[in-house]
Amino acid sequence: MLSTGKLRPTLGLVRRPWCAAAAGIHSSGRRLHNPDEVDLFDFRYTTPFVKNLFVGKFIREQVFPFPRLNQQDYDQLQQMVDPVERFFKDDVDSAQIDTDAKIPAETLQGLKDLGLFGMQVPLEYGGLGLSNTEYARLGEITAIDGAIAVTLAAHQAIGLKGIMIAGNAEQKAKYLPKLATGEHVAAFALTEPSSGSDAASIQTRATLSDNGKHFLLNGGKIWISNGGIADVFTVFAKTEVVDSKSGEVKDKVTAFIVERSFGGITSGKPEDKLGIRGSNTCTVHFEDTPVPIENVLGEVGGGFKVAMNILNGGRFSMGSSGAGIVKKLIEQTAEHATTRTQFDRKLMEFPIIQEKFAEMALRAYAMESMAYLTAGIMDRWPGGSPDCSVEAAMVKVYSSESVWSSVSEALQVLGGLGYMKEYPYERYLRDARILMIFEGTNEILRMYIALVGMKFAGDILKEKLKELKRGNIGVILQTVRQRWGSGFGMGPSHGFVSEDRFIGDGFKAHPSLTAGAKLLEENVNNLGTMTETLLARHGKGIVEEQLVLKRVADITINMYAMTAVVSRASKAVVMGLPNYDHEVLMANTFCQKTYNENMQMFHDLGGENTDAAVQKIGKDILKTGNYIAAHPLDRTHDFDNIDVVPPQR
Amino acid sequence: MWPIFDYGRFVSIISSSDVYGVVWMRSLAQLHKMANLRVLVGVKRVIDYAVKIRVKPDNSGVVTDGVKHSMNPFCEIAMEEAVRLKEKKLAKEIIAVSCGPAQAQETIRTALAMGADRGIHVEVTGKEYENMTPLHVSKIMAKLAQDQEANLVILGKQSIDGDNNQTGQMTAALLDWPQATFASEVTKENDHLKVVREIDGGLETVKVTLPAVITADLRLNEPRYATLPNIMKAKKKKIAKHKAADFGVDLTPTLEVVGVEDPPVRQAGQKVESTEELVAKLKDSGVV
Repeated sequence: MLSTGKLRPTLGLVRRPWCAAAAGIHSSGRRLHNPDEVDLFDFRYTTPFVKNLFVGKFIREQVFPFPRLNQQDYDQLQQMVDPVERFFKDDVDSAQIDTDAKIPAETLQGLKDLGLFGMQVPLEYGGLGLSNTEYARLGEITAIDGAIAVTLAAHQAIGLKGIMIAGNAEQKAKYLPKLATGEHVAAFALTEPSSGSDAASIQTRATLSDNGKHFLLNGGKIWISNGGIADVFTVFAKTEVVDSKSGEVKDKVTAFIVERSFGGITSGKPEDKLGIRGSNTCTVHFEDTPVPIENVLGEVGGGFKVAMNILNGGRFSMGSSGAGIVKKLIEQTAEHATTRTQFDRKLMEFPIIQEKFAEMALRAYAMESMAYLTAGIMDRWPGGSPDCSVEAAMVKVYSSESVWSSVSEALQVLGGLGYMKEYPYERYLRDARILMIFEGTNEILRMYIALVGMKFAGDILKEKLKELKRGNIGVILQTVRQRWGSGFGMGPSHGFVSEDRFIGDGFKAHPSLTAGAKLLEENVNNLGTMTETLLARHGKGIVEEQLVLKRVADITINMYAMTAVVSRASKAVVMGLPNYDHEVLMANTFCQKTYNENMQMFHDLGGENTDAAVQKIGKDILKTGNYIAAHPLDRTHDFDNIDVVPPQR
Repeated sequence: MWPIFDYGRFVSIISSSDVYGVVWMRSLAQLHKMANLRVLVGVKRVIDYAVKIRVKPDNSGVVTDGVKHSMNPFCEIAMEEAVRLKEKKLAKEIIAVSCGPAQAQETIRTALAMGADRGIHVEVTGKEYENMTPLHVSKIMAKLAQDQEANLVILGKQSIDGDNNQTGQMTAALLDWPQATFASEVTKENDHLKVVREIDGGLETVKVTLPAVITADLRLNEPRYATLPNIMKAKKKKIAKHKAADFGVDLTPTLEVVGVEDPPVRQAGQKVESTEELVAKLKDSGVV
């Protein structure tokens, strides 16, 4: 599959007939975006964007032009943004919620009345049927209060998502209407004391009753958001499954819809947390809770996949939520920087302060670009439901760390004032810390990103290897060209860098972004070669090389960020949005900075690095259980001078 | 022998059930009268109250491009009052009207999301819109009230960009209807409205017979949020489009704006220690 040439669309071709039907219906029942615009996807590209980067392929049609809403949907979205913003400005007292560690009942009811408890529930079940893009947009506003954002997310992004994606018609009709209005609150019960990241090792059991009519649930879950207030839980438990082929009896995870009214459910007292204190987090115990077999979500034994699908679907919105927080912080902090005077100058005149604001803005720009690009790919994919789990994971990792560093920098700008409880910065910092931990820790997600990508590359390379062995000239030439070219930084072009011509071909970056786009293209080629090198070097053992995988993940996250940023800035120029020149500057600067980081990591991957030494130091420390080096003041006994007469006092 | 009572057109034989029958028909008639208000509400699209206004460099007006706009706060209060009348089953239909460019439709949609049944957009663009005055608007509102057979017109007392406080009064005069302006409380009593007005001296209670024009003041009510489900339902409600000419209204400007300036920068005050000093300073500055 060559990436240039015969698959470039001809000018003027707007609709491809066999894609027409695909520009239609989102799984929520609402119309997809831009039905009047170009159908971008050739069905021959069946994989969403990022995995292809691992084999050095950049499928420009999937990311250029940047996704946009049609005018009607955009107007309606703007209409919805207003009341939500006003509610959060006038009726939400975040400081009080944090002090009391509770969201007041009126505020919760106000959120329910606004319709925020059923944003993505389909219209026919009483929800708003919002697409991923619209959900991400409203997430920018709800994120202003961390506790409320987490309560809403625990309810709908994971709590009732299982019913939406894996439930049958009866389950949906029975549970979704009340959940959409907020009359019932949902929670997602997976984590146990001994099973956090390792979700497949849960020990809660569900045993089939003698009459086969219901399961008896026994076990305990911890750290369940909304655990104390939820009426409907999505619970994951181990069930005995008979393997149809081998007849073996195995323990497999099954997902259940469990109502609190079934009985035997106790919630512990709310946990006292560092941040998001208004969100209810507690233990939930199940003691012989009877769950009718009609409440099995999906298939018996298919629970792990349900859990992963639920979690993968919600991650991308952290990009827009994070950007919402950082943008608000930039505004608040800038007010301080423009008014505070030290050394006879305003803070804003000092380059170090300027750098801080630039850093915050660049990160916010990248976060939201990635989030909306991912949402756009998910919403516009012909046939719906593409596997964007890697993209979503990338958005989550990048956003959680960016929010943490940006909030910290904003606090730093205010200096001592930022440290005081009178100002909201310390609360934002505490609320932001959880982002790197929940919804999949960043460490696990990095491994996931790298391994899924490597596996994808490995499978394709196996095919390529077969072709090479068979002596397929085309593949040989292509491989040689790729390796030879990338050695000089001149690998094959992927067709998205505009050299000089830009005649309405929507699949290219605008010429003003050539600087950034060229760097991205170089990185794409580097990654393609590097993946092959790493697979050749480690083979299947790459699974254990976490430090290598971590670098690969970071590189690809950076590349996805660069893609999103270039695509979005392109759209700004082409559409003539206000301040597009500022966006172009940001995009090119971001690409240059990230390219530099990537090149450093490529260097470490290719040659000498400190991995082995670092691992040894870590292992030694962990074996002893404490810091090993001798104290700085320690000395050996001085035998030579032991007989020196001490000074007379 | 059953006495026969003649109620004009009704001839009924009095019996225990017939007494109730008559009372029932009478209250039906009253009920019918009660839910018979067709309310016309004017909603204006203005620059959002929280935005910092900037004057154009050529002093011809204020900057409106790219600035956040929303519904005039007093129009929101007017709209909320109409919706409350409908919830009390006193109004049977609410029509939201806005005169302005294409974006005025967003304001009408917000009104529909708050509870209006249908909308009317009178499209006025460009220079005509910039030079539009309350006289033009009230002529349109008056004609609309007649065409739509409305018997109650509720407007905000003034808009936060024009601050004219004229449209309601002019509309009432053109229709030759009674008016109750600066309303802080509206109650329906039989066939008239009891309105408490906020005036400089305090509160004034007036009775206006229907049909009438009311303008809403700040403390009339607290407008509801347009909830997201209502915004989506409002998509199905209709907005009819018209031009000012359809109502026989000529939009030739009657006023010319000569200039728009920032208010003068506030001078610092001075603190005085005693009354004598105050008097001295006042004498010095020529005020006294």
